[in-house]
Amino acid sequence: MNAVKTTGWILLVALVGIQFVPTERNKSDVVPKTDFMVVNEVPKNIENIIKTSCYDCHSNNTDYPWYNRVQPVAWFLEGHIENGKEELNFNEWDTYSGRKKKSKLRSIISQIKDDEMPLASYTLIHRDAKLSDTEKKTVLDWVSKLKDSL
Amino acid sequence: MKKVRVSTGILAMAVIALGATSCKDTKKEGSSADGVQSEHMDDNGHMGDGMEDHSQMDQDNINQGGMAMMSSEVVADYLTLKNALVSDDKDGAATAGEKLEGSLKDFDTSKFSDEQQAELTDIIEDATEHAEHIAKSDIGHQREHFDILSKDVIDLLAITGSERTLYQAYCPMYNNNKGAQWLSATEEIKNPYYGSKMMTCGSVQKQIN
Repeated sequence: MNAVKTTGWILLVALVGIQFVPTERNKSDVVPKTDFMVVNEVPKNIENIIKTSCYDCHSNNTDYPWYNRVQPVAWFLEGHIENGKEELNFNEWDTYSGRKKKSKLRSIISQIKDDEMPLASYTLIHRDAKLSDTEKKTVLDWVSKLKDSL
Repeated sequence: MKKVRVSTGILAMAVIALGATSCKDTKKEGSSADGVQSEHMDDNGHMGDGMEDHSQMDQDNINQGGMAMMSSEVVADYLTLKNALVSDDKDGAATAGEKLEGSLKDFDTSKFSDEQQAELTDIIEDATEHAEHIAKSDIGHQREHFDILSKDVIDLLAITGSERTLYQAYCPMYNNNKGAQWLSATEEIKNPYYGSKMMTCGSVQKQIN
């Protein structure tokens, strides 16, 4: 029992300690000219869905929840955002080649269709980011059309 | 007992924290590799500037077959990947995907004309991403990425030519009947999109020499 107690204390100290490790904040007020919404003619309802459900991790501006300040949650989020932006950054859409755009649109379609995006761990707290069946269909139809037009 | 539970909770959080950091480490490796790639591009850009007059000549040389060997490593890894998918071998496909990632990174575009270099850079960038995903996905996703990857490799070979004879095959059913292509070293149809489920679905569209 003593060993358990010691381990517990060490971990507690570590947990408090890591609160002082700074994290990078993904914040930007600038909407670049290369943004997906700027270069494409996106209907307002589609724009709202994509911004609510995708932009937190797939753009340079995250709408941070309060618990983001608590470690290790902050690290967890930071990792997600870093990964997400590397896969697809809507702010940098127009810097992608035609080939890459097509590839990305195809992945967007397949990920939404298979319910892999938005991530379940994300929609668990961001209830408004969860796509209803109607929303899914609306977005998928529109993205498919955009893909075929490229 | 309560204390034990608290310690377990803390321990769990520590594990999560560790997980998050190790995730970041892999990330770093990836981005440093990207850095190497863009450096190459710069080199090529500089070379291209001085050699514009010769680009037509270069292109003729390439078309005459001297450059086809440059794509041979990529083709070899692609075929290994294709064969793994034919045998429904997820792990084999993942290993092959990783290897293909390497041979795509090593692909030297500097001997091609400016225009071809730009096209090749786009193709290689896209193909590399698909190879990366194949290295870490389940077989369903591996096949989705293999579909687009196949298009990339076909377009790549249209520029570089191929050292060995290849057959471009087509399966009309894959991707909700939108159809998908692949390349094979033999004329016999062995379908990488369905594997044992529909081994002989498809037909040869053309021969690439």
